[in-house]
Amino acid sequence: MNYDLILGILNIVLISTTPLVFAGIGELVTEKSGVLNLGLEGLMLVGAVSGFISLVITGNYFYSFILSILSGAILSSIFAFFVLRLLTNQIATGLALTIFGIGLSAMLGKKFAGTPINGLSPYYLIIFSFILVFLINYILYKTKAGLIIRAVGENHHSAYALGYDVIKTRYLTIIFGGVMCSLAGFYISVCYAPMWQEGMTAGRGWIALALVVFATWKPWRLLVGAYIFGGVAIMQMNLQAFGVKLPGQFFNMMPYLATLMVLVFISSNKVRLKLNAPSSLTIPFIKD
Amino acid sequence: MIKIQKRNSSSSLIFYLSPIVAILLTLFFGSLIFLFLDLSPIESFKIFFIGPISNWYGLSELLVKASPLALIALGLSYCFKNNIYNIGAEGQLTMGALFGGGVGLFFYDSNSIFLLPTMILFGSIGGAFWASIPAILKTNFNTNEILSSLMLTYIALLILDYFVVGPWKDPTGYGLPKSRPFSDAGRLPVLVDGFRAHIGVYFTIIIAALSYFIFNKTLFGFKLRVTGFSSRASKYAGFRNDNLIIYTFLISGACAGLAGIFEVSGPIGQLYRDISPNYGFTAIIVAFLGRLNPIGIIISSLLIALTYLGAEDAQLFLKIPSAVGFVFQGLVLFFLLGADFLNKYRVLLK
Amino acid sequence: MKPIIEFKNITKSYPGVIANKNISFSIEPKSIHAILGENGAGKSTLVKILYGHVNQDRGNIYIDSKNVRITSPSVAKKLGINMVFQHFSLFESLTVAENLILGIDKKLSMSELIDKSKSISSKYGFNLNLNSPISSLSVGQRQSVEIVRSLLNDPKILILDEPTSVLTPDEIKNLFKVISNLVQDNLTVIFISHKLEEIINLSNRVTILRGGEVVDTLITKNENPDSLGLKMLGYKIAKLKRNKVDDNSKVLFSLNNVSTFNQDPFSVNLKNINFSLKTGQILGIAGVAGNGQNELMEIFLNENNDNFKGNVIFKNQNINQLSTQDRKCLSISYVTEQRLGHSAVPEMSLTENVLLSMSHNKKFIKNDLINFKEIGNHTDKIIKKFNVNAPSNFSKASQLSGGNLQKFIIGREILSNPELLILSQPTWGIDAGSESFIRKTLIDLSLNGISIIIISHDIDELLEICNDVCVLYEGRLSKNLNVEQIDATQLGKYMGGLFD
Repeated sequence: MNYDLILGILNIVLISTTPLVFAGIGELVTEKSGVLNLGLEGLMLVGAVSGFISLVITGNYFYSFILSILSGAILSSIFAFFVLRLLTNQIATGLALTIFGIGLSAMLGKKFAGTPINGLSPYYLIIFSFILVFLINYILYKTKAGLIIRAVGENHHSAYALGYDVIKTRYLTIIFGGVMCSLAGFYISVCYAPMWQEGMTAGRGWIALALVVFATWKPWRLLVGAYIFGGVAIMQMNLQAFGVKLPGQFFNMMPYLATLMVLVFISSNKVRLKLNAPSSLTIPFIKD
Repeated sequence: MIKIQKRNSSSSLIFYLSPIVAILLTLFFGSLIFLFLDLSPIESFKIFFIGPISNWYGLSELLVKASPLALIALGLSYCFKNNIYNIGAEGQLTMGALFGGGVGLFFYDSNSIFLLPTMILFGSIGGAFWASIPAILKTNFNTNEILSSLMLTYIALLILDYFVVGPWKDPTGYGLPKSRPFSDAGRLPVLVDGFRAHIGVYFTIIIAALSYFIFNKTLFGFKLRVTGFSSRASKYAGFRNDNLIIYTFLISGACAGLAGIFEVSGPIGQLYRDISPNYGFTAIIVAFLGRLNPIGIIISSLLIALTYLGAEDAQLFLKIPSAVGFVFQGLVLFFLLGADFLNKYRVLLK
Repeated sequence: MKPIIEFKNITKSYPGVIANKNISFSIEPKSIHAILGENGAGKSTLVKILYGHVNQDRGNIYIDSKNVRITSPSVAKKLGINMVFQHFSLFESLTVAENLILGIDKKLSMSELIDKSKSISSKYGFNLNLNSPISSLSVGQRQSVEIVRSLLNDPKILILDEPTSVLTPDEIKNLFKVISNLVQDNLTVIFISHKLEEIINLSNRVTILRGGEVVDTLITKNENPDSLGLKMLGYKIAKLKRNKVDDNSKVLFSLNNVSTFNQDPFSVNLKNINFSLKTGQILGIAGVAGNGQNELMEIFLNENNDNFKGNVIFKNQNINQLSTQDRKCLSISYVTEQRLGHSAVPEMSLTENVLLSMSHNKKFIKNDLINFKEIGNHTDKIIKKFNVNAPSNFSKASQLSGGNLQKFIIGREILSNPELLILSQPTWGIDAGSESFIRKTLIDLSLNGISIIIISHDIDELLEICNDVCVLYEGRLSKNLNVEQIDATQLGKYMGGLFD
């Protein structure tokens, strides 16, 4: 075994894990404020397709980046309006967002599937993902803004009684989560692949959701968890390289199996989960 | 000024009217999408919603699509009433097709009249088996069923892929990822010769009637509703929540498995990769749009089946991607959930 | 003296009820102004309007003679109004320091915050550890955090909503000292209560509300508990006559050395609980909230099959392993603290709510099929016999007022013919009429030989109807005190945990 191989594997892990970090950290902040957004997969796909299309049309990475992020902000604010103002069930609304996002991205991207583009180097966003986790950790635990987010997620009635605007706080965290998802999508279609294909996120949105549980809502653990998942996902190549013979489908199952096993492991400790989960998660805020 | 006031008790009229409001809003936003695509909304809607069912063949196709959707949605309604979010019906459908289809392939040269019933039995067992995994993980390890049932869907699709590419590949199939066709004894009879609509429709109607009875007249149905409203109240009543979780998962898995085996033994006739155009996910919308009521589910399954047919026609005649069907489905669910606001709150203009 | 606060024609209605109707009165500065009324009289709504937590439909508030529109709590805080809620507005998983920071609007550095909260604490005799999480604090300590947090904002007006309902007698004494000191330091305190003695002891003036309207505003020192009580209710409540337990009656139910071992830091573990209950006896379990009441109720109900040590004995039979339903079949009935979402489902009809508790009854369920007609008739019987004010048996539980729903639930349990009835907070948050009806019903029941356990924070209630009272403190249970011979100071000590 040589160092080139190890470095090569590490490089691939680094490149393939970053979208999980973006989507996961966005969802973590949203959930910290007490809202569960199950629409990650849809948001990522729309972010991916809008970044891709705008790059094909304008040829400009900056415009592509902005438009991608904008798509996430718009879609997630629609989600926010439904769950915060119309008090809809967060789980069902998240599913609606996913289905809508899958359809919308496929519809918009149909003409562009297979169009070749010059991908953007992934390393800018990889570096940014590390800075982001550091920043979010700092904001959540060292600033008053973060304290307010945690307070709103813990007990929205108390937060409101103290004069905090629960709805506004949640709008902001939901939109932040949406922007992070679209950034993950942008990364996949413009930096990682780089191409557009229907459903190309392949369940990463759902894995990111599981990561938040795995991390027990702590940013650093989310980063570690994402890299463990990234490592497992890449293991297929490893094992194949080392001559392990198994049908390809079983290697492809690994990320999903790993997610499942980790979920089982983490959630079986009810007390720990209860201590860490935001107490208002999925409960709509109704002023009396 | 707009003032919002909580209703003292929810109105059942609005409860059943809100799906219609949601459909109207979807049509409105749908026409905006058509306008955006430079198409005449009226012409497009004709192609989308009227064209597909303007002949007998189209009506038969509507049943071909609506039957699995309704069947899965009926099963899901048990879970959803119980406040259990099984969103892995697509995987349970796949496993039903794989188990039942496996029987069909094992006896590929059989002419026995018992072949089809055995396939159907194994299909429902396969679906129920796959659904039992998230159920047991939930009751024994407190694992979130949304994520586990979804992960299992991805896994099920890969298992199917393994079989049709590997051991079950048709030896005479030029290396294509398809199984050999089932024998005639393993094919589901059609309702009318020359049309694809099959006797799965009867199963769907029987299960709908049975579910209506169970939900409204039995203690089991009552337990589901109590637990769905409040798991604490259910414990107070002495109902065993864990058993309810297992039962509802098994029922919905079996229904999805049935839909799976009906698909492969009916219109498809063999196993291959893409046996379901996302029926398992779309059925979630069918269940909600039908208000978890068996009659409502039948109606909404026909409507959503139409979006499938319409999307295919739209791709053919309007040159717009068939994914527009999912856009409509997502919109209808959004608006349905939103319209429930009117059920809980009164909007007053001052 | 010019009033600091004036309410003019405040009106607030909710669907089906008018919570406040044309409320007008004024509050003098640097005084303790009490607002008195029974549950549902509109006290909480009124002060929530003052704090901006609820917005009035009509009417004005004047602060220092200026008309102000208090649209949200942050506006109220800017006007110098702060509030300590009945059910505290603290964050369980956050530390005391974090909770304090969340309460202040001004920018304070951590060290300034520490200094200021220390000086407030020492001035008024609070003892706070800034780094402990709220979940580790007792109810009394939590209230101290709330008060310190309010004082950090240098308020002019402090609202205390039913502050004594969760405290031990000693803690109440301390609170009253703090309140008197605050007034000496130029604060105006608004004090909400439905306890007459407290109001007489503490306040300068009192406004009495009944049915959402002002009955009167009085100078307290001219009043006595009876005169205030009459004004609060509009009628006199007859004193109840307690039953006597026959010394020879048999033990029906007992707990022997029951201890629990929960890992959850939000819960309290029971330690060696022992008591026995005789036929026809009413036993009260007193104690401040959060001392193990929920965990004890769980031992009685066995809803979650939690592990515990010790024995639960009913009629000489060990029922440790029996499920909730099995216990119901043995004729034990339960009325839980939380009505909506525990002993009743708000979204379901009254008939369905009867089935909720009676699904083991063969008369209503045959071969898994529901006999709705039979249950409907039974529901009508409950409604009639227990004076439940409900439109019909298919009205939803959420449509009933708290008092009517509680009468319905208790009626449902009584008509299931129990030998043992266990109730938690049976009259919490309900109107005085329903309250006295329920208390009288329970005493009548015990006269018919039915044994009753009542878990309650309301010590006056327990002293009124129980034969014996014991106190729960941090998971330990005191010995029985016979109510006939009870001594107030001894009870106070027990409530503070001094009983070993």
